[in-house]
Amino acid sequence: MSTRDLSGHEDIEIDATLNGKPLKRRVKARQHLADFLRQELELTGTHLGCEHGICGACTVLIDGRTARGCLTLAAQISGKSVETVEGLTENGMLAELQKEFIERNAAQCGFCSSGMLLTAHELLSSGDSLSRADIRKGMSGNMCRCTGYHAIIDAVEAVMTTRARR
Amino acid sequence: MKSRNFRYIRPASLAHAYQILTEANGEAVPVAGGQSLLAGLNMRLSAPKLLVDIGDLRELMHQSHLGGIVRLGALTRHGDLLRSELVRQHLPLLTQAAPHIGHIAIRNRGTLGGSLAYADPAAELPACAVALGATLVLGSSAGEREVKAEDFFKGLFETDLRPAELIVAVKFPVVQPGMAAGFAELSRRHGDFAMVGLAAIVSMQRDRIDSARLVYLGCIDRAKVAHAVSAAVVGLRAPLAVSASFDEAIGQDLAPDDTPEMRGDTKLHLAKVLTRRVLNGLAERAAA
Repeated sequence: MSTRDLSGHEDIEIDATLNGKPLKRRVKARQHLADFLRQELELTGTHLGCEHGICGACTVLIDGRTARGCLTLAAQISGKSVETVEGLTENGMLAELQKEFIERNAAQCGFCSSGMLLTAHELLSSGDSLSRADIRKGMSGNMCRCTGYHAIIDAVEAVMTTRARR
Repeated sequence: MKSRNFRYIRPASLAHAYQILTEANGEAVPVAGGQSLLAGLNMRLSAPKLLVDIGDLRELMHQSHLGGIVRLGALTRHGDLLRSELVRQHLPLLTQAAPHIGHIAIRNRGTLGGSLAYADPAAELPACAVALGATLVLGSSAGEREVKAEDFFKGLFETDLRPAELIVAVKFPVVQPGMAAGFAELSRRHGDFAMVGLAAIVSMQRDRIDSARLVYLGCIDRAKVAHAVSAAVVGLRAPLAVSASFDEAIGQDLAPDDTPEMRGDTKLHLAKVLTRRVLNGLAERAAA
């Protein structure tokens, strides 16, 4: 974008990193990141629930930190690194969490699971010892309408305990 | 739940951003974290012609601590407030308030400048800025000017910002020795908007309140010092008893409207409860 451009565009060239690989695309200015991932790239692991930042189903990582895919424009990821549930599954970063989720049936319909996994991944990445209340607080931005949350909190706690023993 | 069409531009510098905003003649809206703005666009509550993405402008990221003033760039994220040692040491009110802002994913993106510019009367940071006696640095192609936080908030989602003007930074005087900070809010769910909240800067002589600067959120149209209650609690001893003079003072400062969720007098009652809770908590901390 030249510094003389003052009026902007409806189509934007983006140059980003997605799941470790370079991504160059032309995106619609109005398209949010979750729609871009799902509709243009067919990465449908990122789900869309409320589309106004409440439910957490569209959680992705931007430069290593969780963000709402519905409250980020695809155009805003240019120059940044984005990771989705697909990328973090392939590289094994979510493997422990996924195993514990499955063991406890912490994913019932599965709609919230990708967001839950990414939020839990960030929550545990500090390596801090968290109380059950801390985990609940940390996961409170993600909604689940099936499990009543207990199994999810159990799974996150189990991974934290396993890692602490190592 | 899809926004209307708009154009997007990411300026290369702050000067470029000012130029774009001036040229756009009021039809452009700046976006940084976008955590309120994009939700509003998705719900079609607003439909700007042009979004100016200032989220990567280095000029808005600087932090400094000089001569008793902590200056935080407008792009300071809520998560940065939580993690910052500088903030913990000198502006503990912000460290206490930050966990109440949305959820982790929201705090990773949302910014200080964005929250103040949006001026949601239920938001935490406008109340904190007023309680701390902060000064906002506003910039445009005409130059910079400074406005005190208590003069900046004009009403419901209304501020002193002029068209084509941006919040550049916020200057916070560091908390003086003997001053304590307290923050609490009541909400239905963790991370949800506050029904009632309170940011307080108080000095105490053992269990006696020497001075107080109380700012409410969620039950008032804008962030402003609640002068009547702040004066009424001076000289009182903790634990605060239920008293008619206190009730009268809070009634002068707050007159919450009825909403579909809650009656105004319920909110007023909660504000009284929260005020006593925060002040008693500070007294306990002072005694410890």
